[in-house]
Amino acid sequence: MPRKASVDAIREALRSEMQRDESVVVMGEDVKLAVFAGTRWLHREFGDERVINTPISELAVAGAGIGAAATGIRPVIDLMFGTFLYLALDQIANQAGAMRYMFGGQTKLPLVFMTVNGSGISAGHHHSQPMHPLFMNMPLIKVIVPSTPYDAKGLLITAIRDDNPVLFLSPLALGSLRGEVPDETYTIPLGEAAIRREGDDVTICTVGAMSRRCMEAARTLAKEGIECEVIDLRTLKPWDKACLLRSVRKTGRFVAVDESFPVCGAASEWAATVAEKAFQHLRAPVQRVSNLDVPLPFSPVLESAAVPTTERIVDAVRRCMQAEPA
Amino acid sequence: MSDVQPAVALDIYRRVLNIRRFEEEVGRLFTAGELPGVVHLYIGEEAVAAGVCAALRDDDYVTSTHRGHGHVLAKGGDLNRTMAEIFGKETGYCRGKGGSQHIADFSIGMLGACGIVGGGMPIATGAGLSIKLRKTDQVSVAFFGDGAANEGSFHESLNLASAMTLPVIFVCENNQYGEFTPARDTMNIEDIAVRAGGYGMPGHIVDGTDALEVHAVVNQAVTRARNGEGPTLIEAKTHRRGGHAEGEEAFLAGQTYRLPEEEEMARLRDPLLILHERILHEGVADAHALENIEQETTRRVADAVTFARESPWPAEESVLEDTWA
Ligand SMILES: Cc1ncc(C[n+]2csc(CCOP(=O)(O)OP(=O)(O)O)c2C)c(N)n1
Ligand SMILES: [Mg+2]
Repeated sequence: MPRKASVDAIREALRSEMQRDESVVVMGEDVKLAVFAGTRWLHREFGDERVINTPISELAVAGAGIGAAATGIRPVIDLMFGTFLYLALDQIANQAGAMRYMFGGQTKLPLVFMTVNGSGISAGHHHSQPMHPLFMNMPLIKVIVPSTPYDAKGLLITAIRDDNPVLFLSPLALGSLRGEVPDETYTIPLGEAAIRREGDDVTICTVGAMSRRCMEAARTLAKEGIECEVIDLRTLKPWDKACLLRSVRKTGRFVAVDESFPVCGAASEWAATVAEKAFQHLRAPVQRVSNLDVPLPFSPVLESAAVPTTERIVDAVRRCMQAEPA
Repeated sequence: MSDVQPAVALDIYRRVLNIRRFEEEVGRLFTAGELPGVVHLYIGEEAVAAGVCAALRDDDYVTSTHRGHGHVLAKGGDLNRTMAEIFGKETGYCRGKGGSQHIADFSIGMLGACGIVGGGMPIATGAGLSIKLRKTDQVSVAFFGDGAANEGSFHESLNLASAMTLPVIFVCENNQYGEFTPARDTMNIEDIAVRAGGYGMPGHIVDGTDALEVHAVVNQAVTRARNGEGPTLIEAKTHRRGGHAEGEEAFLAGQTYRLPEEEEMARLRDPLLILHERILHEGVADAHALENIEQETTRRVADAVTFARESPWPAEESVLEDTWA
């Protein structure tokens, strides 16, 4: 299988769907030259009407996407850095997520917002925040955080075909990562986790850029004889509860690793679910590994200290293993 | 230049040159791989920050943008601490927590650069509100780009400042591009200054490559603001000399986005050369005096680089400092 960078996988997904369905349009600031390159050159093939460079007006662009989606277009809106979603939030939270329900099922909104997500390149707080928990907290919005180029392509195609608002948040750290990606069009269902590694001792659940870090931790721990099962959720809403619960029932130990702020982060939701549905199977307290509860600092020394490191993941697993069974 | 004092002209020259030499050095350091993150240089636009800040007092406020080094230095920021912040060092203005796009020096009224386009304008408006409430005669300036004039924050801030008669000066640095997209593709007007009319404030267009022109126009707006007559929008027409961000060639992969004549114009309308020329031509100072300023500036920039290089990284524990007040 050919190896491709994540941005190329994203471009292939967009091309595939723009070829397949004329109503798919891409819009956003600088989508033609595109800092993150996922939308680059698409205008050469599909023209300026379907690949639209917008003004720097996130709120209006998001809202225009909603209006267009409600009236026959299938927009993919590229907002570049995840933090710029804050400027579009009113339209996404008050309108996109609510319109169909609020108006008694009259409309559907086939709409994708895509951005990069999270930290890792010393971009400072305004370009580095993890955005996914915010949208998990909004009813009727789907949230995808891929961790490989393969998943990015398949999940984005599914997102574009979906008739609901979907947030596609690709980890900033993923940009240049290469992986196997078939040339053909394929879809990956939303809400289906990938088990990256099987193990009987501890379940690690994660998403996005932390997936690789969890695998590193798992390899380190394997040398000590601790076998981790690593679950990469891939989509946060809907999410694969069954997969997580099955694993925790097997291992009896659970570490939730998420690159987001700790209060009401994704890890909080997973931990609560395990506490509700698999409490009697737990042999140790659930451990969460999240960002520190501070804005993302610029200096590389500080930035790497602010997010989950492999060492912190390894420590959390060890704490789990050392805890006395109740 | 009849109404410009020689001392003022030289003061502005120092500020322009300071920014130019500093930014050239930042560009070199970035290319050499010495800087973390990304930097947006102010080269080509120095006349705006210098002309504006020379019309301000130390206790006046400014808010800045992602392209903020020039605003910090023009407002009187320390070269060493600015450079150290760009390096991410402990001795930087923000102890390495902010970086290039988040430099602030509250002691000189520099309320912060900003990575969010349009993010500074409401804050400058709020500083204007505070001035009004505290009944001082300070003023507040918001620097922002042409691209930012399409954000809601621009429209809401102008309206708020005007409705409340606040001492705010909105300075649009119109370099005709937002990243790689020309302004002509994203707005249907030639001059952003016309938007002032929609909010009931004066709007001025000024040649943003001529620091003395900028200074003269800003002076009027400052007087108006200090007299309690309210806000002004100033559009400075200028040119970005280089790319949107340093290192962009790597991902542009050979693709250009500016017209050759635009690049030529950016070279011709060089604010440093224009000011240099005017100062000599109008007899404000001689070449020898300007050469002395040049040498002093070059030395201070070199010192700043040494300072930043030799400064320690922040201690890892400091990641949890500067949290709750
Ligand atoms: C809210 C927001 N949207 C988009 C961006 C990405 N971005 C950074 S700079 C820039 C262009 C800004 O153009 P302009 O305001 O004209 O300033 P200039 O770079 O020309 O100085 C864009 C789109 C951002 N930082 N913040
Ligand atoms: Mg601009």
